[in-house]
Amino acid sequence: MNVRLTILTACIGLVVLAVILELLRRRQLREKYALLWLGTLVVIIPLAVFPGLLDNLAGRVGIASGVSLVLFLGIVFLLLVCVHLSWEVSRLEEETRTLAEDLALLRTEAMAAIARIQGPGAAGKNEDVLHRTETEAGTRNDQQ
Amino acid sequence: MINNSRVLIVIPALNEAGSIGDVVREVRGELPTVDVLVVDDGSTDDTARLAAAAGAIVARLPYNLGVGGAMRLGYRYGYEHDYDVVIQVDADGQHDPRYVPKLVDALSEADLVIGARFAGEGDYTVAGPRRWAMAMLSWVLSLLAHTRLTDTTSGFRAANRSAIEMFAFWYPVEYLGDTIETLVHACRRGYRVRQVPVAMRKRMAGTPSHSPVKAMIYLGRAFAVLTLAMIRR
Repeated sequence: MNVRLTILTACIGLVVLAVILELLRRRQLREKYALLWLGTLVVIIPLAVFPGLLDNLAGRVGIASGVSLVLFLGIVFLLLVCVHLSWEVSRLEEETRTLAEDLALLRTEAMAAIARIQGPGAAGKNEDVLHRTETEAGTRNDQQ
Repeated sequence: MINNSRVLIVIPALNEAGSIGDVVREVRGELPTVDVLVVDDGSTDDTARLAAAAGAIVARLPYNLGVGGAMRLGYRYGYEHDYDVVIQVDADGQHDPRYVPKLVDALSEADLVIGARFAGEGDYTVAGPRRWAMAMLSWVLSLLAHTRLTDTTSGFRAANRSAIEMFAFWYPVEYLGDTIETLVHACRRGYRVRQVPVAMRKRMAGTPSHSPVKAMIYLGRAFAVLTLAMIRR
């Protein structure tokens, strides 16, 4: 095995490890994902340094080289990660949908309550105020 | 009140400022004893204000969810305020509110009633792949519902208390989910689905699409939605 290639793969593994640790340290990455990637790196980095480690296992399942086995397992792993992320996004969309519906329901109830207390007509004005506040908030966000 | 039932008309609306005021006024003029809830599905125009001005209760979603999201909100409102019947009406004015009492009457022997075109009243026609899609949908859903359903994608439907309760907690937000998947779901759970013939009018605003490519895509998606709905839990 080429020594320079081993150095390259080992360095890339360490860089990725550093990026994940830094993201975790800055609380940018939820630990469930961080643990997943850290676990992956714990497996990957020794393999980057000693690519021959899996040759034996690869031979037993009928794959000529350990590197091919790593490649194959890597693709399967990434596929599963993508499926998992799609699942997470679907779940998040369902959650934000429920929140949006709750918000609309609450706003409607609030308007009705205001109308009951202040008499008809007042709710319309307050709806305008709510709407204006929202629009202004939107503009502020745009300016930032 | 219609036949001693508290009735809520739910109108999901997305950028329907051109028609929503007239639709709400017509419903309230025709049916003075029902409440009208307009669910503004993230419109960027004056839909919410015009609906409120016309006398509707308005619920404004903060962003666009699609008909499914708007309708689940409508059913939740109906559920929490103890309505006996929730009726979905389109915001473009193609549904005639004079048929509403007919739909309510039909609920005496069904949980979910669909106001259907092609069922004898009116003169609504389609052709090509869109027609095949509709034929396939009505064939499968008729088998499931043990009754003849000719217009499964109609957005004119009435739900009784038990169907309101189901839809308040479960209502798909995906494409065609609000029509096909809800029907399959209701049938598979033993809710009685019936249809009532209604005549549809020309839309007050907006135009239907006539592109054959779009119709083909529609057929494919309808088939996918139907298959998924059949195998989903």
